[in-house]
Amino acid sequence: MATETLTAVATADGGGPRRRRGGTRSNENLAGWLFVAPVIVILGLFLLLPILMALWVSLTDWNGQGSPFTGDVPFVGAHNYTQLFTEDGLARRDFMTSIRNNIYYVAIVVPAQTVLALGLALVVNNRMLKGKSFFRSAFYFPSVTSSVAISVVFLFLFANSGAVNALLGVVGIDGPEWFADSRGVLHLLFGAVGVDSPPAALADGGPFGLSWWDWLAGPSVAMVSIITLVVWTTSGTFMLMFLAGLQNVPVTLDEASTLDGASRWQRFRYVTLPMIRPTTFLVLTLGMIGSWQVFDQVYVMSQGDPAKTTLTPAYLSYRTAFRDFDYGSGAAISFVLFLIIIVLTLIQRRALAERDTDRPRRGWRRRRVPERS
Amino acid sequence: MAVLTDRPAAAPARRQQRAARTLATRFLGYATLVFFGLVFLYPFVIQIGNALKTEPDAAANPLSPFPDPLTLAGFERIFAGTNFPLWLGNSLLVTVLVTIGRVFFDSLAGYALARLRFRGRGGLFAAIIAVMAVPGVVLLIPKFLVLNQLGLYNSYAGLVVPLLADAAGVFIMKQFFESIPVSVEEAARIDGASIFRTFWSVVLPMAKPALITLTILSFQGSWNEFPHSLVSVQDPDLFTLPRGLADLVSGSLGKGTQYPLKLGAALLATIPVAIIFVVFQRYFVRDANDGSDKG
Repeated sequence: MATETLTAVATADGGGPRRRRGGTRSNENLAGWLFVAPVIVILGLFLLLPILMALWVSLTDWNGQGSPFTGDVPFVGAHNYTQLFTEDGLARRDFMTSIRNNIYYVAIVVPAQTVLALGLALVVNNRMLKGKSFFRSAFYFPSVTSSVAISVVFLFLFANSGAVNALLGVVGIDGPEWFADSRGVLHLLFGAVGVDSPPAALADGGPFGLSWWDWLAGPSVAMVSIITLVVWTTSGTFMLMFLAGLQNVPVTLDEASTLDGASRWQRFRYVTLPMIRPTTFLVLTLGMIGSWQVFDQVYVMSQGDPAKTTLTPAYLSYRTAFRDFDYGSGAAISFVLFLIIIVLTLIQRRALAERDTDRPRRGWRRRRVPERS
Repeated sequence: MAVLTDRPAAAPARRQQRAARTLATRFLGYATLVFFGLVFLYPFVIQIGNALKTEPDAAANPLSPFPDPLTLAGFERIFAGTNFPLWLGNSLLVTVLVTIGRVFFDSLAGYALARLRFRGRGGLFAAIIAVMAVPGVVLLIPKFLVLNQLGLYNSYAGLVVPLLADAAGVFIMKQFFESIPVSVEEAARIDGASIFRTFWSVVLPMAKPALITLTILSFQGSWNEFPHSLVSVQDPDLFTLPRGLADLVSGSLGKGTQYPLKLGAALLATIPVAIIFVVFQRYFVRDANDGSDKG
C-alpha cells in the first residue's frame, strides 16, 4: 500500500525532485527487465520462435536436409493441411485414424479418471477413517513417477504371459494378446454375438476416408491397456484437487442436511456435488486438455501399433517428421492438434472467469438446494 | 404430542441402528481403501519382485512378488550389458543444471512480476499465462528446428538450455512473492540496499517454502523428462535415463523379453523420485492444489 502511495506521489508532482525520483523509477524499470530477461530469452528462443519456425515449415516440403529457411526448400502453401482433410490418401487416413483413436481415448479416460478421482477423494475425506494420509500418498504416488518407467511396468503387466492375463486366468477368462490384437473392443463384442464382418451399410462411405465400420470399431485392446495405465497414473492428481474442493464444503452444511433427514446419496447428490462443481469442471477440462497430449506411453508401449490402433495425433506428428522425414506434414499435424487443445483451454478459462465473477450469487443458490429437495 | 411420547422408546433402537450403520460404513471405507491401495501399489510390488527373478520365473509367475530363486542377474546385466551408468550420469547432470536454472531464473522473474514496477509488466505476465497453455507435445518439431538451426542439436546444451526456465515456475514464484508483506523489503530499500541485494538477502530467504516446492517440481520434471531428450539428441552417449529406458524397451535390447532387466532399470529410475516423494510429500500435495487454483 505504502509503495503505491509513494509512486502515486512521484508521478503526480512533476517539479524539482522529479529527476531523482524518476531515477529510482527508471532504476526499477531497468532492474525489472534485467530480472525477467533470462526467462524471456529462454522462452522466446525455445518456445515462441520455434513455433513460428514450425509454422513456416508446415507450409513447405522440407525433408530434414540442410536448413528449412533457404530458397531451396519447396513451398507448398496449405497443402500439408488440406491433405489431412480433403484429399483421399494415406496422410488423411492416418490422421483421421489417429483422431478416431484419440476420441475413444478421451471418451474413456476423462470420465473414468474423474469418477475414480472423486470416489477416492470421498473415501480419503471421510472423517471416520484412520490411516488416510498413507492411502492418499499411495494413490498419488503413480502420478509423480516417470511416464517411461511406468510404461515399462505396464508392458510387463499386460504381456501375453503377464500379470493381467494371469489375473484374468484366475476367473477363467482367456486374456487377449494385448499388443498384437488390433480389433476394436466393439468389434470384439459384435464378434462374440457372431457378427464378424461389417454389414454392407457400414462397410464404406464414412466421413474423411474411413468407413463407418472403422469409425465405430471402438478402441483396440492395446489402446485399452494404455487407457488403463493413464487412468491409473492421473487419478491421484485429480483426487488431490477434489480433496481441496471437498475441504471447502462447510461441515455445518453436511450436518444440517443430515438433521433434515437427507440420506447419504441425497447429501452427495444435492449438497456435495453442487458445492464442488467448480472443481469437477476443472478436473474435466484439465483431463480433456491432457488427454489430447498422450505421447510418452504410446512411444514406449506400442509405437502406434497394432495396425495403427494406438496412433494418436501427437505420436503421428512425431512419426511423420522424425521417421518418415516429412517435417512439413508433421508440423501441420501438430498445429491442428495445437488448435484443438487451445480451443479446449479457452473454453476452460472463459468458464472459470465467469465462475469467478458470479460466485457469491451461485453459492447462495447452491446452499438452498438441499432445502428444496 | 405423539412425537413426544414416541421419542423415549424409539431413541435406543435408533441409536443402535445408527451405530451399526457407522460400523458398516467404516468397514466399507476401509475395504475400499485397501482395495485401491492394492490397485495403486501392487504394480510396484510386482515390479520389485520380478526384477529379482530369473527370466523363466518372471514369465511363469508374473503375479507373485516372491522371486524363486532370488537373483541379481537382472541388475548385473543392467550395469554390465547396457549404458545404464552413462544414462544415470547424464540424467544427474541435466537434472541438477535444470533445477538450479529454474529455481534461480523463475524466482528472479517471479519477483520482478510481483514487486518491481516496470513498463510492460502487465503484458509480460499475460504472455507468461498464455505460454503456460502451450502443450508440450506440439513443441516436438519446433524445438528440433530451433536446436538444429542454432547448432545445439545433439549436445548437452541442447538437452539443458531450453529447459532452464518454465512459465509455471514463474507463476508459482510470483504468487508466493505477492503473499509476502511489502514492509520488510521497504525497510531494506530505505536502508539503501540495491534491488538485487534486497531480493537476494531479504526476500529470497523468506520464500523458502516456495523455493522448496519449485526445487522438487523441477527435479521431478527434469528427471522424468522424455519428449525433450527425444528431439534434442540422437547420440546414444547423450541419452538420459528415460531415453535410455525407452531405447531398451523398443530398441536393440528389445530382443527376447528380458523383463527382469527392464523392470530393474525402470525401478532404479523411479527410486530417486520415490525418495523425494516420501521425504517432501507435503510439498507435492501443495503443488497439486496450486494447480487447482491457477486453472
